[in-house]
Amino acid sequence: MTRVRQQGGDNWRRIRAIAWKDLTTERRSKAGFNAVVSLGITILVLFGFALGPDAQVLRDAAPGALWLAVLFAGVLAFNRSYQVELDTGALEPLLLYPGARWTIFTGKLLANMLFVGLLLVIVVIAGMVLFAVKVPDAWPTVIAVLALGAIGLVTLGTFYASMASRSRAREVLLPLLLFPMLVPVLLAAMQASKALIGADMMLEAGAWIKMLIAYDIIFVLATHLAFEHVIEA
Amino acid sequence: MTAPASSSAIPVPKAGSWPLFGWFTLAFMVFSQWYAIATSPADRDMGDLQKILYVHVPASWIMSITFALVFVYSLLYLWKGKDSYDLLAASSAEVGATFVGLTLVQGMIWGKPTWGVWWTWDARLTSTLVLFLVFVGYLALRAFIDEPQRRGQWSAAVGVLGSINVPIVWMSVRWWRTLHQMQSTPQTMDPTYRNGLLINFLAFTLLAVYLIRRRYEAAMIARAAEMTSQAAALGGH
Repeated sequence: MTRVRQQGGDNWRRIRAIAWKDLTTERRSKAGFNAVVSLGITILVLFGFALGPDAQVLRDAAPGALWLAVLFAGVLAFNRSYQVELDTGALEPLLLYPGARWTIFTGKLLANMLFVGLLLVIVVIAGMVLFAVKVPDAWPTVIAVLALGAIGLVTLGTFYASMASRSRAREVLLPLLLFPMLVPVLLAAMQASKALIGADMMLEAGAWIKMLIAYDIIFVLATHLAFEHVIEA
Repeated sequence: MTAPASSSAIPVPKAGSWPLFGWFTLAFMVFSQWYAIATSPADRDMGDLQKILYVHVPASWIMSITFALVFVYSLLYLWKGKDSYDLLAASSAEVGATFVGLTLVQGMIWGKPTWGVWWTWDARLTSTLVLFLVFVGYLALRAFIDEPQRRGQWSAAVGVLGSINVPIVWMSVRWWRTLHQMQSTPQTMDPTYRNGLLINFLAFTLLAVYLIRRRYEAAMIARAAEMTSQAAALGGH
């Protein structure tokens, strides 16, 4: 019993160390985060141009535009999260350390989660201003939907980036692999957000939220199981 | 360390009687198409347009089979690590992508005169398109990685995750549509049409088996050649 607890504590320390390392690198340079956030806002502005100045049209399209902006900006973050290790050749030593490999994935996942979470907060606030969306009454549920969507996005993004970043043509490969996989997350998050901000009376958020939860659980488990195979090769 | 450069390091499958099987499949397909078209009367609403049923529905059936095969072989590869499972998964994915593409194109050809549009964001169409994109991603990943071991591990992971996602995509797209509009009800099928369809299911299954087998042979030969040249480069014979 104490051995199990000991092992759990070791794993948790490893996860924290990886996440802390990634976040520290990011915090010290800041260049990556600023660029990604700027890109997210730029995409929102471009969506504004594409959809025209009509306030009602903009409001209806806001959840879709928002999620796509986060998706496109986030893709850059995922490849970046392995880039530092690859450039310095630090991935092999990292793998040589004793202990479970999945902790590396969980650590990176947590770091990316925080990164994309901050990105999401800024893009959502910018989006609400640009697309004239009022704060809905059900705002706690909206935050839950944002969090659930972000978990799905970051889980698969971090997982696929572990392959794409180490291949030729990583810029193309990651979106090509990731975007079709994210169709359920994007649909669910967009529809649920739309229902909650009252853009479409026909929609209901409950079923979509359940789908997001199911998706997140399935893919957090599946990616953790598959990571061992992927990182070794 | 000198590795022996013999091609016996990897067993290359023999073609055997598979070419004969191919000719038989071709003859059977010609027969089953002829049978289906000859025995089915023109549909009351669709007329002769109905005949596309005999290539469209079997093609979508092959699409489901190949996706299941990719899932099973990918899992087997991750579990056992045998090269042949990796190459079988890849061959299935190649054949699958072809048939998904065919299904989509045939559906469009049918949809244009029936619905008046080439494309509609119907649940079934949309999820098939997403499926096609997942297949394309899998094949692109394989194309971008040179090292066989790595290619096998990665594409197996992508194959398994992609397959897990299929039912979720299907459900999400269906909800997305049905929360807005009613789905069209499937027509009940007359037995005069059913026999033609069943015989074509069989014909297409034979075709898929043949294609996967021959692609697999080709992939094994390519792998053996790769290993031989690698061993030679490392100073073998």
